[in-house]
Formats: sequence, structure tokens, C-alpha cells
Amino acid sequence: MSLRSPLGRVRGLGSAKEGVQYWWAQRVTALALLPLVLWFMVSLLSLQHAEYAAVVDWIGRPFNSALLILLLISLFYHAILGLQVVIEDYVHTEAVKMSALIIMRFVLILLAVIAIISVVRIAFKAVLLSTGAGD
Amino acid sequence: MASNEQPNARSQKRPLSPFMIGPYYKPQLTSVLSITHRLTGVALAVGTLVLVYWLAAIAAGPEAYAHAQHVLSNPFMGLLLFLWTWAFFYHFCNGIRHLFWDAGYGFEIPTVYKSGKLVVAASIVLTFLVWLLVA
Repeated sequence: MSLRSPLGRVRGLGSAKEGVQYWWAQRVTALALLPLVLWFMVSLLSLQHAEYAAVVDWIGRPFNSALLILLLISLFYHAILGLQVVIEDYVHTEAVKMSALIIMRFVLILLAVIAIISVVRIAFKAVLLSTGAGD
Repeated sequence: MASNEQPNARSQKRPLSPFMIGPYYKPQLTSVLSITHRLTGVALAVGTLVLVYWLAAIAAGPEAYAHAQHVLSNPFMGLLLFLWTWAFFYHFCNGIRHLFWDAGYGFEIPTVYKSGKLVVAASIVLTFLVWLLVA
């Protein structure tokens, strides 16, 4: 038997102690994504008929690479937080829920890293192309 | 707790509040838009696969990029991209609606319905606007 009162238990373990940072992160990444995705969508439209070298050149420009990497970080963090809430709301078997959460994180972090490494590689490629040493 | 270990017959038969999705409640614009926000979020998370594939193909080289352009331009992918565009604009617009709520604005019932209808209209208009520019 515990001598702790229900109120004490709630004060000590209640959700208000932590977790709010994820709620905030979801909103802050959303705010960051508003301009980033619009910029990316307009850029994609302007690149739709571009040659390979032009696409590489565009992604390789420092400003564009930087915004793309920021977009990817915000996007995948936002997606992880969103999918986590969906899984937590609809999967009620503890083992399945835990596995789903871990697999979801592994997959999305893997995708994020592949995407960011690709942008960095494209940026190096752009330098090579502009100096005439590339493929 | 004792009351959880030995539920009496009466408390077991106590009626439960039915889940909001199903035959018990008439679907409302508010609830339909709410679940659509989640569904489009999940769809967009899946859609990141295309973004990552596109970036990885550019990083891999001109042949991989040409192949990716070919894969992405088949009619089935075109349809998927169209649906993803709508999902994106819906999630984008309704996300802004959510941010206003988070800031404490727009909770009056007429406003909630008005902003909901505006989100649906804007998402459709923006989707067609973008696809008019795809040629």
C-alpha cells in the first residue's frame, strides 16, 4: 500500500511534467515548413523541364542546399511526431505499439539521412560540374 | 485497485460512449476534416519516399535521374502525385487552421465551419492551379 495520495501521484508523474516539448516541436516544425514547402513546390515547378545539369546546379547552390536540408529535417521531424501520435491513438496492444513506434522511427530517420546525404552529394557534384571536372 | 479487479455485473453492462466514427453519429464537417488531416498526414509521410527517391536519383547520376523521370512520369504515378498534391495542400491549409486554434483563435462554431469550408475549397483550387502549371 502506498502512502502517496492520488494528488501527489498526479503531481509527480503527470503528463504536464514532460511531453509538452513534443507538442511545441510539432507546431514549430509546422511553422518552419509553411514557407519551406511553398518555396520547394514553386522551385519544382520551375525545374520540371530542366536538364540534369541544371537540376544539379540548382540544388547545389548554397542557399538552395541549405533550405533543402532544413526542409528535410523539419519535414521528417514533423512526420515522426505526427505518425507517433497516430500510432499511439490507434494501436492499443503494448508490444505492437512499441514495435510500430520503433520501426516507424528507424524508417523515417533512414529516409531523412539518405535524403540529406543526397543533397550534400549533389552539392559536391555541382562544384565538379561548374569546374568542368564532373561526369 | 480493488474496483478494477472485481468489477460487478452491473458495472460491466454499463453502456459505453460509442466511437465517433461508425453508425452511431452522423458525420459532421468538423469530424470529417479532422480525420482527413490525419489521413493526409499519413499519406504525405508515405509520399516522402518519392522525394527521397528523386533526390537519391539525382545524387546517383544522369542515368539514374533519367530513369527516375521516366518512372515518375507514368500515368499511375501521375495520379498518385496529383492525389499527393491535394493531400499536401489540404494538410497545409488545415495545418494553418490548427495553428490559429493553437493560438486561441477561431473556436466559435460558425467560424469553425467557415474556416473548414475555406480549407477544402483552397486545397482543391491550389491543387488544380499547380497541375495547370505542370505541362
